[in-house]
Amino acid sequence: MDSVFAAVVQAPEDPILGVTVAYNKDPNPIKLNLGVGAYRTEEGKPLVLNVVRKAEQLLVNDRSRVKEYLPILGLAEFNKLSAKLILGDDSPAIQENRVATAQCLSGTGSLRVGAEFLAKHYHQRTIYIPLPSWGNHLKVFTMAGLSVNAYRYYDPATRGLNIQGLLEDLGAAPSGAIVLLHACAHNPTGVDPAPEQWEQIRQLIRSKALLPFFDCAYQGFASGSLDADALAVRMFVADGGECLIAQSYAKNMGLYGERVGALSIVCKGADVASRVESQLKLVIRPMYSNPPIHGASIAATILKNSDMYNEWKIELKAMADRIISMRKQLYDALSARGTAGDWSHIIKQIGMFTFTGLNSDQVAFMTKEYHIYMTSDGRISMAGLSSKTVPHLADAIHAAVTLPVRSKFEIYVASIFGF
Amino acid sequence: MAIRRAMSGRTAVVGARSMSSWWRSVEPAPKDPILGVTEAFLADPNPDKVNVGVGAYRDDNGKPVVLECVREAERRIAGHLNMEYLPMGGSVKMVEETLKLAYGVNSELIKDKRIAAVQALSGTGACRLFADFQKRFRPDSQIYIPVPTWANHHNIWRDAHVPQKTYHYYHPESRGLDFAAMMDDIKNAPNGSFFLLHACAHNPTGVDPSEEQWREISHEFKVKGHFAFFDMAYQGFASGDPERDAKSIRIFLEDGHYFGIAQSYAKNMGLYGQRVGCLSVLCEDEKQAVAVKSQLQQLARPMYSNPPVHGALIVSTILSDPDLKKVWLKEVKVMADRIIGMRTALRGNLEKLGSPLSWQHITNQIGMFCYSGLTPEQVDRLTNEFHIYMTRNGRISMAGVTTGNVEYLATAIHEVTKSASTC
Repeated sequence: MDSVFAAVVQAPEDPILGVTVAYNKDPNPIKLNLGVGAYRTEEGKPLVLNVVRKAEQLLVNDRSRVKEYLPILGLAEFNKLSAKLILGDDSPAIQENRVATAQCLSGTGSLRVGAEFLAKHYHQRTIYIPLPSWGNHLKVFTMAGLSVNAYRYYDPATRGLNIQGLLEDLGAAPSGAIVLLHACAHNPTGVDPAPEQWEQIRQLIRSKALLPFFDCAYQGFASGSLDADALAVRMFVADGGECLIAQSYAKNMGLYGERVGALSIVCKGADVASRVESQLKLVIRPMYSNPPIHGASIAATILKNSDMYNEWKIELKAMADRIISMRKQLYDALSARGTAGDWSHIIKQIGMFTFTGLNSDQVAFMTKEYHIYMTSDGRISMAGLSSKTVPHLADAIHAAVTLPVRSKFEIYVASIFGF
Repeated sequence: MAIRRAMSGRTAVVGARSMSSWWRSVEPAPKDPILGVTEAFLADPNPDKVNVGVGAYRDDNGKPVVLECVREAERRIAGHLNMEYLPMGGSVKMVEETLKLAYGVNSELIKDKRIAAVQALSGTGACRLFADFQKRFRPDSQIYIPVPTWANHHNIWRDAHVPQKTYHYYHPESRGLDFAAMMDDIKNAPNGSFFLLHACAHNPTGVDPSEEQWREISHEFKVKGHFAFFDMAYQGFASGDPERDAKSIRIFLEDGHYFGIAQSYAKNMGLYGQRVGCLSVLCEDEKQAVAVKSQLQQLARPMYSNPPVHGALIVSTILSDPDLKKVWLKEVKVMADRIIGMRTALRGNLEKLGSPLSWQHITNQIGMFCYSGLTPEQVDRLTNEFHIYMTRNGRISMAGVTTGNVEYLATAIHEVTKSASTC
């Protein structure tokens, strides 16, 4: 008997997670992992926040706690607190019961549930995502049954926002199309619209009745302020319109592997929100029935206790500040070396990632010669840097930009012939 | 300045207010038939209420249980480990231990690395990943699903866009297995069809094939070249012995099938809300297993990226420590024995009350559920008159039966069935 799956071919490595796989294989002691976006301390260690440890200990010590199934939409308390976190404590949308929230598996799960809901219930099946975007966005939306289009976002010339291109492309989108917006700390570029630009985007989106879908994976992690990082989302909700929001606690609470997140759908009215909520259950039930309890319980414990909440804000700001400091140090190190080019984008960009502007040849060179691991689009995770390793990275960048540059055509030809 | 004006809403808000909701045509969804039962139960203020709806274990006081081995595992885990992302395929250690349970501790297949396996979101997640995998790699295939089955099976394969067919399973007249009709359906299905099988403790009927019947099923599957996908949510929980509960799988292994398994720790380790499970697909060789696993990961990545770590840590802590594993096996047996005891008690009480009907099936059936044979109308009467909550297909979760409520339950069932000639 042959296997019915005999013809299945091996899938390529996930480009982002594959970086860590390659890093782990490298025996060289000076290797540096600037691939996946998980926070690291100055000592290069993963960090579990003190307040998270506290919350976890409270949960473990409470013998009355059980491990029963959560409801399909997850922990109700967590959902309410999550909605407040992103929309603001006194958000009219919440007070008017217009927000349907479901606990989901971190940002990925929230995006997928939201996208499947849209594919089932929304009249437009196209979503526009920024160019570039997190690699997994395309897969999530495609698997959910949406077709994916792009809008210009990153401007390689300025290493900043291509606001004109963005407005043109969204302006040309069909009415009602879904638009994916990174709420703050755009991944992978670190380039965010300024408040005035957000206002332009908002006006355009509302005038064309486009549906905003926010991916909010870094609230508090970008600027260090939870409220400041929620500005864009709140601006849209304040105009009374509808939107979807995918929240993640992976980075800002360091809960990565616990898969804690929430999908909120802000609706025009309470009755609609209630019906939407009921339909979200039908999307979730055949996917995994109900979400995991542990991480959401930790998050809820922190969010509802004002002392712990304040502790969290302090620890969160410390993480954000360390990243901002790494940006400054890298910029200074490149300036000191007189590295050719304008590197100010390193300090202008925000959040965990910097889009260095290095091309795939330069990245490959840095990996081979300097054992520095990053995604081939030149994205580096600032969280993976420390004061000790900044010089090594600066040396590598300096050497990489001194290489002769192949043209795009040369790279293309080489890829066809495999060299 | 412009931003403040915009935030206060006084600027002309282009388009937003004048439009109605995008969702005005969204219908309210019907309540999930199973989980909706517990919601209704919780809302009932009556002190005599009994919940024999959802399949979560209760001790003899009607309380949920956290196993001691789980508490110990949590004590060891808390405060020591970080919360980094697991790989897409989940905890390697947990998966290894889980495969040993299903395939046998000394399984050659594990040694030869022929099993493609990933951590999944409990049984549901494992079934859904497989359904997505089946859709992607065998797009022309369908899934044969037993009648009846856990209601969510239909939802899972539907959302994966895999067409469904059914096969005979439950025999209402005998409240047992309709083996002849089942074998007919297996024979009449096109060669190479995909079948969903409940490895043990069929949900919702509690009716399992005997060992001889499993051998016949396996033989016919070979003749027809069918693919077996086992949903094993109750290993250990059915008979009290995980090895015995895996018999169907071991028979298929002996016969050389390539099959798939969805495993869950929700019930047998009481880890319900942690969402811990495993999907495995048996392959011809290591190379194929690597390929299949990589493709399963490709399906997990756009669903949740990587699975939750906490529950997996609990499982691997328990199963990799021989002493803790012994504690677990004892605790599983206690749970299974209590349920078997309640089956005996319920049947005994009904017979003592002089019920005209046969209740043999209560003790013939196995696992958490008893397919009582009660009609929806009789179930409604149980709920409305006696505050007894179960799903309308007459499925009783034996885990909700206690020495404290078994007489009341029997009395109520007798009351609504005594005038029926059949039930």
